[in-house]
Amino acid sequence: MTDRADPPETEAGDVRDEARKSRPGGFSMRARIIAIAVATAVLTTVAVVYTVTAARRADSADPPSAFGLDRGQLYFRSTRDGDGAGRVARLAAAASGPSAHGAAAMSAAAAPAPDHRTTGGPSCERFHAAGGTALCLQRRPGIPPASYAVVLDGRLREKRRIALTGIPNRARVSASGRMLSWTMFATGDSYATTSFSTRTSILDTRTGYLIKNMEDIPLILDGRRYHSPDVNYWGVTFARDDNRFYATVSTKGRTYLVEGDMRRWTARTLRENLECPSLSPDNTRLAFKKRVREGARDPWRLYVLDLRTMREHPLAEQRSVDDQAAWLDDHTLGYALPGSGGEGSDIWTVPADGTGSPALRVAGASSPALVR
Amino acid sequence: MYLATTGAAAATAQVTRGRVAGPVLALGTVSLVTDISSEMVTAVLPLYFVLQLGLSPLQFGFLDGLYNGVTALVRLAGGHAADRGGRHKLVAGTGYALSALSRLGLLLAGGGTAGISAAIAADRIGKGVRTAPRDALISLSSPPDALGRAFGVHRAMDTTGALLGPLAAFALLWATADAYDAVFVVSFCVGLLGVLLLVAFVPGRAALGPVAAPAAGPRVPLRSRIAEPLRDAAFRRIMAAAALLGAATIGDSFVYLLLQKQLDFAVRWFPLLPLGTAAVYLLLAVPAGRLGDRIGRRVPFLFGHAALLAAYLLLLTVGDGTVLLAGVLVLLGVFYAATDGVLMALAGPALPAARQASGMALLQTGQALSRLLAAAGFGAAWTLWGSPAALAIAVVVLAAALAGAAALLPRTERRF
Repeated sequence: MTDRADPPETEAGDVRDEARKSRPGGFSMRARIIAIAVATAVLTTVAVVYTVTAARRADSADPPSAFGLDRGQLYFRSTRDGDGAGRVARLAAAASGPSAHGAAAMSAAAAPAPDHRTTGGPSCERFHAAGGTALCLQRRPGIPPASYAVVLDGRLREKRRIALTGIPNRARVSASGRMLSWTMFATGDSYATTSFSTRTSILDTRTGYLIKNMEDIPLILDGRRYHSPDVNYWGVTFARDDNRFYATVSTKGRTYLVEGDMRRWTARTLRENLECPSLSPDNTRLAFKKRVREGARDPWRLYVLDLRTMREHPLAEQRSVDDQAAWLDDHTLGYALPGSGGEGSDIWTVPADGTGSPALRVAGASSPALVR
Repeated sequence: MYLATTGAAAATAQVTRGRVAGPVLALGTVSLVTDISSEMVTAVLPLYFVLQLGLSPLQFGFLDGLYNGVTALVRLAGGHAADRGGRHKLVAGTGYALSALSRLGLLLAGGGTAGISAAIAADRIGKGVRTAPRDALISLSSPPDALGRAFGVHRAMDTTGALLGPLAAFALLWATADAYDAVFVVSFCVGLLGVLLLVAFVPGRAALGPVAAPAAGPRVPLRSRIAEPLRDAAFRRIMAAAALLGAATIGDSFVYLLLQKQLDFAVRWFPLLPLGTAAVYLLLAVPAGRLGDRIGRRVPFLFGHAALLAAYLLLLTVGDGTVLLAGVLVLLGVFYAATDGVLMALAGPALPAARQASGMALLQTGQALSRLLAAAGFGAAWTLWGSPAALAIAVVVLAAALAGAAALLPRTERRF
């Protein structure tokens, strides 16, 4: 290791000057100062050149979106390298539904390259859209970095911007486009804590009423009013009436599915070990991720819960999915998995009834949302 | 470097009097530069993992916590290796170099979890290895009656680096629109500069004095050699006091979390809170060290923990936002200034020259492990009984530990 550090010193060293004291390497103070000055200059140059190159690589400004919200389009965050990385893109969603599923799987397996995505949407970390409203979670670097929830209209123009803290995690728009909800990880920039906490907000776009942190909602756990300082909510999904909603609550190391009521502002637990619920378009089923293993290695599996029978079944996806799945229609779920190359992520689909097999839908993408 | 970067008027006067040994200033500069490098990465890693790589915070926490235990063992090994044949500079330099190279590892790992774990492991091992030899070098190159100030100067410089690192990282991310690779490259360059400074300006052990290297001694089992400093009664008492107080320290992240719960101020600024503490720390590190040199080092060490106790009491009783925030940050800064370097200065004279590094490694490891225990205990109490009850328990435990430590620490310190 230290060998790496030696050469500049030897180059500049002047052995005759050595004598004064027993000094490092036996070189004179002057020689050492010169060597360090040279090294500093070289390293500074490397750092500056790299930074300037990286700065030039980055987009200069946020141009207006190249497209709006249109029916029959699959919207997602594109992570593919190139001009559109980190921005929302879209694809025609024609090949969707249970019948088209097999075909989509085959074409994806054969060649993921020919996807004719239109890039140039808003720049977001998380994105979701429905009913003529879109929600975009952004992070802007700075000292300290800032995060925003940006509400966009049907032409993907900014309507409202809410400053937040933490790391964007989940974003959902109700089917009507009225109720928005998002979750941020509040790890801040603290390095030492291994646990994390979440802040989930709900915005009613009709009234403009914003609940910045929903953790004060009165909670009924196993039939009794529950109080604990460590409750955390995440992954909200709204029903068609824009009043009933489902979410995850965690307390004392357990997670529960809660059913909430917006008007009465209460929530009650329905079931244990259920995270990131996502309500089907017909409002009869919840897709969710279930913890099947302790620890950090492949902990989650995708499941669907039938709300009438309260029975759950696993989906054909065998890999661990850490995402709030999105219903592309009443039979198909879309979700993001880490990309094969290690960087970025891909959108996969799987039938909601537990049959079939997962299929790669869009490579280099996350946050799927199909606008109906 | 120190003068230019801190601007602390009180400290300036003392340093310019020229009584702080050259090696201490050199090591302080190395630490300053290295801390800029490592805190840059520390500040952006959570963002990088969760946003750029799409790892879940659970995985991040796992990666992050994975190596904290390893560090303790490596530290003991580093101290031991440094004492054998007086290779302090070589061992410390290896540690600094390993941490610097780990930035390249992060850069090359891309999104691969295995590569990232390896890079984080390398950084932690480097940090573990270098700490004890570095503190031993400071101790060996300063006169025993000025040890407190020597460590104070070093810690002030070290903290300056820790203060500048996150600012530099966020500025870089801002300038490059989230190019994390630029942060890693700059951090590597800065870290490498730290290693070069060490190589060029920190004297090897041979230059420090006529202390005979103990290499020629009879073969003794490794375990008993590592534990050898504990045979000294004075060191044993210092070690016991440090571990006792460590076991009553709830951990900074909890303190900041409690502040956040009680204040709910513009949370965007929350990540900057530790910087307030660091600022107080760096201003007071030198005065606290000097005070220790003059009236005995147990005094600032104990009063520092009393400041921590006062911070807990503030959290428990004061409702007013501004008073609470300012009070807790200042008291926490006082706590670090009066205890961190001072503890090393307290232990230095109790250790034979040939056992400085291993003794300090032992002390730091004991303190770290007892703090880990305390944090776990406090977390459990918080979950079970809520934060006010947990805090009340912490106050009682710390007060008891303080009384115990006051009784344990020798009243008359050994000078040589």
